[in-house]
Amino acid sequence: MSDLHKLTIADARDKLRAKEITSVELTQSCLDAIDAADSLCAYVHKTPDLAIEAATAADARISAGDAPDMCGIPLGIKDLFCTQGVDSQAASGILKGFKPEYESTVSQKLKDAGTVMLGKLNMDEFAMGSSNETSVYGDAVNPWKVDERNLTPGGSSGGSASAVAADLCLAATGTDTGGSIRQPAAFTGIVGIKPTYGRCSRWGIVAFASSLDQAGPMTKSVRDAAIMLETMCGHDPKDSTSADIAVPNFEAMLTGDIRRKKIGIPKEYRMDGMPAEIETLWQSGTEMLRDAGAEIVDISLPHTKYALPAYYVIAPAEASSNLARYDGVRFGHRATLGAGDGITEMYEKTRAEGFGPEVQRRVMIGTYVLSAGFYDAYYNRARRVRTLIKKDFEDVFAAGVDAILTPATPSAAFGLGEMTDADPVQMYLNDVFTVTVNLAGLPGISVPAGLDAQGLPLGLQLIGRPWEEGDLLNTAYALEQSAGFVAKPNKWW
Amino acid sequence: MSIDTATAAKVAKLARIKVEEDALPALAQEFNTILGFIEQLNEVDVEGVDPMTSVTPQRLKRRVDEVTDGSQQDKVLKNARDAREGFFVVPKVVE
Repeated sequence: MSDLHKLTIADARDKLRAKEITSVELTQSCLDAIDAADSLCAYVHKTPDLAIEAATAADARISAGDAPDMCGIPLGIKDLFCTQGVDSQAASGILKGFKPEYESTVSQKLKDAGTVMLGKLNMDEFAMGSSNETSVYGDAVNPWKVDERNLTPGGSSGGSASAVAADLCLAATGTDTGGSIRQPAAFTGIVGIKPTYGRCSRWGIVAFASSLDQAGPMTKSVRDAAIMLETMCGHDPKDSTSADIAVPNFEAMLTGDIRRKKIGIPKEYRMDGMPAEIETLWQSGTEMLRDAGAEIVDISLPHTKYALPAYYVIAPAEASSNLARYDGVRFGHRATLGAGDGITEMYEKTRAEGFGPEVQRRVMIGTYVLSAGFYDAYYNRARRVRTLIKKDFEDVFAAGVDAILTPATPSAAFGLGEMTDADPVQMYLNDVFTVTVNLAGLPGISVPAGLDAQGLPLGLQLIGRPWEEGDLLNTAYALEQSAGFVAKPNKWW
Repeated sequence: MSIDTATAAKVAKLARIKVEEDALPALAQEFNTILGFIEQLNEVDVEGVDPMTSVTPQRLKRRVDEVTDGSQQDKVLKNARDAREGFFVVPKVVE
């Protein structure tokens, strides 16, 4: 087996241009690696024939000259993206067998750029989860391992994180509603960026919470994130919330020069009971940015504490509305009906059979907070708190802060099954540092910054100003260079 | 605010998810745990604060009101569990 699958996008692009390798060779190397990694349960629908076909076309395009940067690059696609003619079931039983007649805008843009889809990637059901344990396909597994336990790759984009960290693709798509790109990126030692709300079209991505969902790349380096993000962004008439704002060449903005940039350190992110290693990592990240010439300032985001409870009103409320479409009529699972069952029984049985426990829980919580008598007390109050959370960020940006540095997660990856008996709120706390960013619609990036004492990766998060992904990526690039994180998981799978 | 099994059953009904009788107490308990967590929001002074409607201030794009899509009946019905003569088929709705 060749090692081509271990390449970054940037290196593969250069080698493809230099005719040192072909996309077919690169793709075959990934396909071989995927077939040898079934124990990670990262890929849930493999598409090798489509991949070789796309790679052959990409090679022809590169030979003809003038191919885009992403041409010929093999990618994994999260199962949340609708891909034409290929199973797309959001890791849910209710969409079993669903083969869309259309392609999501983001995956279409990647296709148009000549990328090669290797297959669909595991995730939490409907992107609801932080450990990839709610998937109908079974748990995706973290390639990082320090003892006999299998660890979670995080969630909801757990398959994407696992696949990138284990070199089962050059990069993958993810989506992030409360931290679902950044938390798994941190747990697996890779880079993940959630762009500003509106940067990427949501059209064709199975909806969870429409005011929070954003797609983004999960990659092996900040440079790769810049290259791939540019391809994914842009206005789409089919998503009225996608912004009609020019997409810059993000890669060209990676100078590594962050002198005189003002980096905010929010005191509210210093949580009680946070492991000392996370605190130490955050401190060393701060020093790295200072040494690179940035000005470090202490800031306050006073409503941080209320972000997670606000999220657990808003996201389930939107989910209960979005998931109303799964009724057994137009697509997906329909329950077998008993004698005398009418349409209401069909809905109730179909949804009880098709949705897993966490999805049912959130749909019902959302139904409750939107129900008559509670709408104001829960839903409207949460939306008001959301306004205040966004204002916290606006105030610090108005004071001249360019980016905010925080830990990405409150711990390193934990063992699969270890949270089974905990109450749901314990699992929700995984997103405590990332969820504010979705509520405020801001861009956020997780950068691998070190290993803990056990040898597991830890990430730092940088939060940027709206629409300034280029500047954010550049700060992340400087952090990446200073941190010098090069560790890879030892292959055991 | 404490949720009892009757409220849990009502919510399940509204959400159109069948929950067996014996699963209701555990469901009510989970709701109470989550709602207990959400109760923290009552500590926040939201007087005079507008509920957020759009996270990125923007005027939605408009376009001419004209048909831009259609004539895809086969594709629309392709993934239906039961479709006949160009229609979705469901159990009897009215007696």
